[in-house]
Amino acid sequence: MRKVYLDNAATTLILPEVLEAMLPYLKDAYGNPQSLHDWGDEAREAIEEARGKVAALIGTQPEEIIFTSSGTESNNFAIKGLATAQQAKGKHIVVSAIEHFSVLHSARTLQKWGFEITQVPVDRHGLVDPDEVARSLRKDTVLVSVMHANSEVGTIQPIGEIAGLVKETGAIFHTDAVAAAGTIPVDVRELELDALSLAGNQFYGPKGVGALWLKRGVRIIPFLDGGVQEGGRRAGTENVPAIVGLGKAAELAKAEMESRMDHLLTLRDRLMEGLLSRIEHVVLTGHPTQRLPGNASFCVQFIEGEAMLMLLNQRGIAVSSGSACTSRALKASHVLTAMGIPPEVAQGSLLFSFGWENTEEDVDYVLEALPPIVDRLRQMSPLYAKFLKAQKGGK
Amino acid sequence: MPIYSEKVMDHFMNPRNVGEIEDADGIGEVGNPVCGDMMTFYIKVDDNHLSDVKFKTFGCGAAIAVSSIVSEMARGKTLEEARKITPALVAEGLEGLPKNKYHCSNLGAQALNKAIDDYLKKQGKELKSKKRRKDEKE
Repeated sequence: MRKVYLDNAATTLILPEVLEAMLPYLKDAYGNPQSLHDWGDEAREAIEEARGKVAALIGTQPEEIIFTSSGTESNNFAIKGLATAQQAKGKHIVVSAIEHFSVLHSARTLQKWGFEITQVPVDRHGLVDPDEVARSLRKDTVLVSVMHANSEVGTIQPIGEIAGLVKETGAIFHTDAVAAAGTIPVDVRELELDALSLAGNQFYGPKGVGALWLKRGVRIIPFLDGGVQEGGRRAGTENVPAIVGLGKAAELAKAEMESRMDHLLTLRDRLMEGLLSRIEHVVLTGHPTQRLPGNASFCVQFIEGEAMLMLLNQRGIAVSSGSACTSRALKASHVLTAMGIPPEVAQGSLLFSFGWENTEEDVDYVLEALPPIVDRLRQMSPLYAKFLKAQKGGK
Repeated sequence: MPIYSEKVMDHFMNPRNVGEIEDADGIGEVGNPVCGDMMTFYIKVDDNHLSDVKFKTFGCGAAIAVSSIVSEMARGKTLEEARKITPALVAEGLEGLPKNKYHCSNLGAQALNKAIDDYLKKQGKELKSKKRRKDEKE
């Protein structure tokens, strides 16, 4: 059976070049970067080289990159570490309603620590209105965090504009660029940001490694105390192979970004057009044009996402869904909810996220496999039966 | 993918008794699309037995499998026997359900019971109206 992986928002594959770069550090080059001998030097040089490559990807200096264990750690570190470092100035922070849980739940923890949180809403396309952010800023606002791009619905925020407005007030601006960095061009200097999170497994690097970029001079309270690793800001023996893998992935992403984007856009648009023209009562979620090149997200009405996922999996197709039934908490995706999508429609959420390895044949295979699955589930759906009856009655 | 038993997968992939009964004797609808799952059961009653059971379900794999097995378990049973199909029996029949999907088995049993209630209510009305007609004649 054909196997089609379209869940790159969850994780991408590891490129062969990336794996190749990592292998020596899982074998003979096993030194601790902090050791003062040849083994240590070899490992230290490797992570410094990787630091340079990650810095180059986002247009900054190597000294400003802190390696972490994941995008989640980077976000936790940024939200809690930056806010607590500034608390003498104020205890108010602003986040958007569609942030990843590693930002939203960190903000919730800050609330327990006495901070006040303002959540700015998004419109039906998942866009944050920069003026709304500006209106939420107060004298005691010390931190604003708005994600660069949303992996569930693909919407890309006007980050530069938001950062500019925040800068005027002196608050720190952080962006969770986990879905954006390595996929679309992100230049921290051009955007005038203060802090940014990224993760390796979003652009063909390994899992378990991420980075936090912090502009020189921005204070942060460390999370992990211990040794002097990462300039004393993140203690713990470095995950050398993973960091090297992240570096290689960053180097390749920078070099190949344009061609990768072109490829993803072709696949995404082919799927969006094909699906919307072949299946009735499907809505595109997220912004129609201001969206990640590899993201095609929909809500298929009258049926539920997990059931679609299971049937697609039977055909060898891997996708994801933001339906309540697919979440452990049995709650519809907070992103879809914040965009004002009614719960019964959000139940039919389906997210296709492309990678460089996908082909147009993959798209055509999905376009052939999905309509009968939708039909089959609709034949079973009392909601669809009601809809058909109401339509008949209306005529 | 949630970890489902082979039995759940079988009922999900090949659901039994999907559909509506045009002249159903009882209809039971539970859940609502807002909370996630919705099931509608249709029953046909002959001589106090469920001669036909059909369903339509909006929901996840577990919800569809639950509906299917409940319809299978209920078919041919007397109304009293059908009432005894508990959520625990449904889950057992499916060789277990993941913890966070257990509520689906409640919905299945509820929908069937509601269809039986609906049948009895209609019967009661019919009996009453028959009686009334009889009384009027007398």
